[in-house]
Amino acid sequence: MNAKITCLVAPVVSATTFIAFWYGVRGMMPADKKFMLPLPHDVATALVENHTVLLHASLNIALGASIGLATATVLAVGLAILMSTSGFIRTSLYPHLMMLQMMPVIALAPILVIWVGPGLPSVSIITFLICFFPLVVNTTQGLLSTDQKLVEMFDLYRASRWQQIRRLRIPAAMPYFFTGLRISGILASIGAIVGDFSAGSSANDGAGLGFLIIIYGAQFKMAELFATVISGCLVGFSFVLVVHRMSWFFLHQWHDSYERSDR
Amino acid sequence: MVAPPPPVHFNAVTKHFGDGPAVLDAINFTAREGDFIAVIGPSGCGKSTLLRLIAGLTTPSSGSLSLQRQPPVDAVVELAFVFQEPTLLPWARVAANVALPLRLRGVPSNECADAVHRCLTQVRLADRADAFPRQLSGGQQMRVSIARALALNPKLLLLDEPFGALDEMTRNHLNEELLTLREQAVWTAFFVTHSISEAVFLANRVLVMSAHPGRIQHEVTVDLPYPRTAATRQSSRFLELTAQLSQLLHAAETPPA
Repeated sequence: MNAKITCLVAPVVSATTFIAFWYGVRGMMPADKKFMLPLPHDVATALVENHTVLLHASLNIALGASIGLATATVLAVGLAILMSTSGFIRTSLYPHLMMLQMMPVIALAPILVIWVGPGLPSVSIITFLICFFPLVVNTTQGLLSTDQKLVEMFDLYRASRWQQIRRLRIPAAMPYFFTGLRISGILASIGAIVGDFSAGSSANDGAGLGFLIIIYGAQFKMAELFATVISGCLVGFSFVLVVHRMSWFFLHQWHDSYERSDR
Repeated sequence: MVAPPPPVHFNAVTKHFGDGPAVLDAINFTAREGDFIAVIGPSGCGKSTLLRLIAGLTTPSSGSLSLQRQPPVDAVVELAFVFQEPTLLPWARVAANVALPLRLRGVPSNECADAVHRCLTQVRLADRADAFPRQLSGGQQMRVSIARALALNPKLLLLDEPFGALDEMTRNHLNEELLTLREQAVWTAFFVTHSISEAVFLANRVLVMSAHPGRIQHEVTVDLPYPRTAATRQSSRFLELTAQLSQLLHAAETPPA
């Protein structure tokens, strides 16, 4: 019980301290620099006053991030299964995947804008490129790390190749897959905002948080910029929450990363 | 009357891996239907390899091996393997684990239910059908593993030190259960073990192997009548046989001067 109270109280105490510190720093700033750091309650006001715009922009980001992450998940799992079946495919593709990961995705933005147009299509593709690598690497690793004794047991029962993939390798890869998904889930909203920042568009109400940042930045609207950052945090947090719930749903009953229930 | 084909027949079988020394050498042995054959010997004598050959998980380097006069890979004889560890799928419930061999044969899941229930009842775990393996004790997990082996109604059961990791009480108990199961269905068994008393308690034939290369040094017939119970372990014949085997095993472990 004590630990529970600590769990609730400690973050509140630290947050209060942080906000007090914020007010303090702002108070000590020279008058001509004060515009640089809006007061916490100014940020709160900006959040409330612009909530329609921010919510809309957040949803646009969430949409782009969802499309990018979902596509990355489907393709990464497919590719991982393919790579797990053959060492030849693995060695021929792995260097290119590394290249893909090394690529400064942001530099692709102008190319993508020319190819598929600004806004959602570009944002989704940028998110996809950022999310793909952790998923494919972790899932492949998982598919290849199956307990050798279980593989032997499947051989003994003359399981077909596909049965072995479906009933053994895929379930065994689940924990690894979710490790990848947790990383990509965090990257997805950041990727979408970065994508929107460099390839966003306000056409068809498609502006996302990245686009808002450019506008507010040009207007020196500091409180609004901070409010946009907070909105971005909330979008990211909701993605992480969904991924953690999914991971819990699929793993908690059997995997050791979750506490044993009854014995 | 034509004699039924022997469930397992080794004819001058040798096995070596790569260019290495022979793991098994000149294995000649015929199992009769319903035999319970225990295999004991020092480590490295190829006991496990012997089972893996029968299961078709590996092939002889020379000589021939047949199950009902067919090579193991083509054999139609239903066989099951119980490994040293339970080797259960951790993400599948007990019932699904037991159903696995049937599902791999393409039996639809609703048609597996009866067989699963029968096998779990045989190992007295019917009430844990919905549990996950990690919720069970080591002994219970091993019983699920045995239930899974029984799911296909095997005619040939291969057990590779299945109870080696369990404490003696649990092990004795599971031995008695195994013999009870044997009364309910006829199968031929190969049982690899390190324990002499386990071998004598279970088997009607005990093979004593020696290592480097692995050879069958002796065969001892255990003439204790079935059904055997916990009391069997106290009988003087049981003690005599364990003493005899202990001597033979000791001789097999000591390389000839």
